[in-house]
Amino acid sequence: MSGSNGTTINVTLKVWRQAGPDAPGGFEVHQQAISTDASFLEMLDQLNEQLNDDGNEPVAFESDCREGICGTCGVMINGRAHGPQKATATCQLHMREFRDGDEITIEPFRAAGFPVVRDLAVDRSPLDAIIESGGYISVNAGAASDANLTPVPKAAADTAFDAAACIGCGACVAACPNSAAQLFTSAKIGHLGLLPQGQAERWSRTEAMVETMEEFFGSCTNHGECSEACPKEISLDFIAFMNRDYLKAKVKNRSLAGQR
Amino acid sequence: MPQTTGERYRVAPVHRRGREWPFPLNLYQTAVGRKWVMALTGIGLIGFVVAHMIGNLHVYEGPARMHEYAETLRTIGGGLVPKGTVLWLLRAGLLAMFVLHLHSAISLARMSRASSEQAGLVSGAKKYPGGRDHVAATYASRTMRWTGPIIALFILYHLADLTWGWWLDDDFVPGDPYHNVAESLGNLPVAILYIVANVALAWHIFHGAWSMFQSLGVNNPRYNHLRRSLATLVAGLILVGNLSFPILTQAGLITEDERSCPVGEVIGNACLAEQAKDH
Ligand code: SF4
Ligand code: FES
Repeated sequence: MSGSNGTTINVTLKVWRQAGPDAPGGFEVHQQAISTDASFLEMLDQLNEQLNDDGNEPVAFESDCREGICGTCGVMINGRAHGPQKATATCQLHMREFRDGDEITIEPFRAAGFPVVRDLAVDRSPLDAIIESGGYISVNAGAASDANLTPVPKAAADTAFDAAACIGCGACVAACPNSAAQLFTSAKIGHLGLLPQGQAERWSRTEAMVETMEEFFGSCTNHGECSEACPKEISLDFIAFMNRDYLKAKVKNRSLAGQR
Repeated sequence: MPQTTGERYRVAPVHRRGREWPFPLNLYQTAVGRKWVMALTGIGLIGFVVAHMIGNLHVYEGPARMHEYAETLRTIGGGLVPKGTVLWLLRAGLLAMFVLHLHSAISLARMSRASSEQAGLVSGAKKYPGGRDHVAATYASRTMRWTGPIIALFILYHLADLTWGWWLDDDFVPGDPYHNVAESLGNLPVAILYIVANVALAWHIFHGAWSMFQSLGVNNPRYNHLRRSLATLVAGLILVGNLSFPILTQAGLITEDERSCPVGEVIGNACLAEQAKDH
């Protein structure tokens, strides 16, 4: 598609409205005429301006970078986390993915670990809790070291980079029928666990992150919905890596316990 | 990270962690550890199902060979241990695996159910009021928590039917499985029940035999495509083998018409043993 040759389509939005965490929620219906060149979030912006003009409360939703790298945005669109387009965050989804007359259902990401703050905005701080429990990695701080001083095998660098692509959006949890956070956690564990810089704390980090994850989220049954919903296409392979490392971590952290 | 707020995280843990048990029991306190247990016991249970299916193929060799096979199971271990000892040990192991598989499955399902605001009672699957669209999950993976209980109930029925002989009553002859199978599966509703249950079993294994590789961290991009093929193969073999029994009994292949030995625990079984020896 080139230039702005967008046409205008009419869509019916069924948007989830909820005044607060404990308030009852429900769907509200709105009609929108929108250019197919507009992004999904621009369509919500337009809706909010209208609501504002009419003296109504705008729909609360989150976004920041709007270029698919910060992980702030994310809603369920027609029953799919981040909507119908593969490997695309909500902010990168465009209205050209929809047809004139479409009905679009918009809901917040749901999980007991992601309580609704308001409307489409949910609290994803449990993901921060998982990251934080991973702690630090030991690196030499001091004069900047030369580039490439630490050899990293190409394959490990590539795979770690794939894992590092996770933007922490939480779509994996939202898409998971078990509300499990395995894909997110395993991406974080795989990222550092594959690199030489992450080796010193590899086992304590894996143990801590998995156990924090399990305080908030469900148990994986290997459906694979997470990876399909993931805007960064994080692979299920990382989940297997995490499962293997977790068992090793339990064994190693025990045998090293006397030295800690 | 919201480190500036008074409470660091506003979301309270959904699941509370209890005091840690000593290693290696502490593995069973975690979901990932429990998935290891579920996968390992799953392997053992699949092994049993395959062996059970292959062993039962003896039924196609007639009553004498089937009797001999049943006797052989009781005499594993030879004269070293009293008759039936090894079989009972195997049964105890099987029961232990079954209990662990069930307990981990039920507790993890409960954990998942509690992890969503709204979830299915049996499946534990999260519900979206606006509906949801499944992309990757197979029908098999989504029905694991339905096929599981179906299989468990069927196993109880199957034991009562062909091990304890509850419903065959006087027709049930211990030590003559050929006769018992012909009697039980010759009954159309029973045959249908076996067919339904074994479809559920193969369905369960189709997902389980793939899923266990992930749970055990057996993952190598070079061989990953083989995991699905292997699961399909195992599930397919079990399906074909196990369905053959009710279907072929109904088709009249397992029948007592050509039987030369009388039916009965003492004289009949002795006659079958004689025949098996002559073979
Ligand atoms: S793994 Fe994918 S879906 Fe999950 S938080 Fe990371 S980027 Fe989002
Ligand atoms: S707003 Fe940053 S990823 Fe969508």
